[in-house]
Amino acid sequence: MRTERQAVIVGGGPAGLAAAIQLYQQGVKDLLILEREHFLGGILRQCIHDGFGLTRFGETLSGPEYAHRFIQQVEDLGIEFITDCTVLDISHDRVVTAVSKAHGMIQVKAGAVILSMGCRERTRGALSIPGTRPSGVYNAGVAQSYINLQNIMVGKEVVILGSGDIGMIMARRLTLEGAHVQGVFEVQPYPSGLPRNIEQCLNDYNIPLHLSHTVVDIKGRERLEGVTVAQCDEQLKPIPGTEEYYPCDTLILSVGLIPENELSLAAGVELDPRTKGAYVDEYYQTNVEGVFAAGNVLHVHDLVDFVSLEAEALGNAAAEYLKVGTLPPCPLEVKAGQEVGHVIPQRVSGTRDFTLSLRVRHPLRDCAVVVRQNGKELLRKKMRKALPAEMIQMKLLGEKLSSTGDLEVCVE
Amino acid sequence: MKRTFTCVLCPNGCDIEAELENGQVLGVEGNLCPKGKEYVTQEVVDPRRTIATSVPIEGGEIPLVSVRVTQPIPKGRIFDVMKAINQVRLQAPVHIGQVILPNVLGLESDVIITKEVKSVQGQ
Repeated sequence: MRTERQAVIVGGGPAGLAAAIQLYQQGVKDLLILEREHFLGGILRQCIHDGFGLTRFGETLSGPEYAHRFIQQVEDLGIEFITDCTVLDISHDRVVTAVSKAHGMIQVKAGAVILSMGCRERTRGALSIPGTRPSGVYNAGVAQSYINLQNIMVGKEVVILGSGDIGMIMARRLTLEGAHVQGVFEVQPYPSGLPRNIEQCLNDYNIPLHLSHTVVDIKGRERLEGVTVAQCDEQLKPIPGTEEYYPCDTLILSVGLIPENELSLAAGVELDPRTKGAYVDEYYQTNVEGVFAAGNVLHVHDLVDFVSLEAEALGNAAAEYLKVGTLPPCPLEVKAGQEVGHVIPQRVSGTRDFTLSLRVRHPLRDCAVVVRQNGKELLRKKMRKALPAEMIQMKLLGEKLSSTGDLEVCVE
Repeated sequence: MKRTFTCVLCPNGCDIEAELENGQVLGVEGNLCPKGKEYVTQEVVDPRRTIATSVPIEGGEIPLVSVRVTQPIPKGRIFDVMKAINQVRLQAPVHIGQVILPNVLGLESDVIITKEVKSVQGQ
């Protein structure tokens, strides 16, 4: 194994694959993808439902098909990858340490490190649900892996906590496989997943969605016997006296995703507490020179198409970095103003076009996303509706920007 | 009569308000593209959906292979199609796009493989 590479890509899911292909096409061909699982493709392998690819390919594909288009290209281009390979450390000077059965310990000095590790699910522990600890409590993605990859059915009588997209998709999947889903309970007064999934995964199968409700107790010794659900007030606190008991053998949690950034922290990458991903500039470069991040490790996306597009933009930028040896400074801050939960990127040069991604804090109707610099309005995008579940993206043109003065993004 | 629909054709998930009379769509509002009207028109007379599931596979590097229908099928026939797919057993290798149930139950939709599975011997 050679110990130097132009770029090492940590994670062979949709972000890593797209970044690698783009780097290659920009002339950076000395690449190495390191993947923890046995196969490339990441989470798409278990997302067997369709709806992927409308933006990127103009047709609707299942997750495995979408992934395959990229995997095929990686193989055709001869981009090197190692699967069953766990990265243990990324140093400040971009030495990547990994282990695999086939290669033992690997240490590679990379010109650029691409962080594309994706995200993981929030678990029961993060919610502090009281009660016993029986089997039958699963994260939605874990249940999805059992059912779609391992041919193991998880249960028969199901309650789902959290209205994330994976939870709703699993409500439909479990129903198709013969389970009875009693309902989806969401602590917020609005759904956290996409409207189309409420329609095609819940309404189509008469699965009720209960907003402002949460699970307050879990009962069962060996196996789950039932959960107690209560209504919640505006502070998301359960209201005493509203408890209802649901007998069930399965509780599915779809309560949020967290970018997986332990390796980024080891490399000295600073994280934004709002996204739980790195602070990046318009080149998707983190505060550590030569370390780039895109996809769900940077901020949780709702659609893989945007992960691919973001990673391709990263690929262009990282290729420029490797050719020129540096990227232009990005001294201007992009601030999240009124009703804006977070923005990506958080810093820009003020001289070039860039793609702005953001989420709103609350569901809004008939509003506008406004970007200002030095009091001047640069862009105004009118929206019929803006939901926290839907990432908003817009292009800002370099010619409209000034090279001095921070930017502010608001929804009004 | 007014009725509200959530279009499921793309992730925009437009809320569409439709004016209906005797099963006819007189007008729609709120759709970002023309497909929204097509969706509502279809939804009123014969709602259709796509489904995806998986099928056990023998001799492969993994125990299950994912499949989907190529065209939306009538909503009321979803569980019939699931039953038909559940009868299928496959032998590795299989390839993406391979048809396992052509014109499933005469619904003018094929069930196709959506994952490459190599045979274990082939490795």
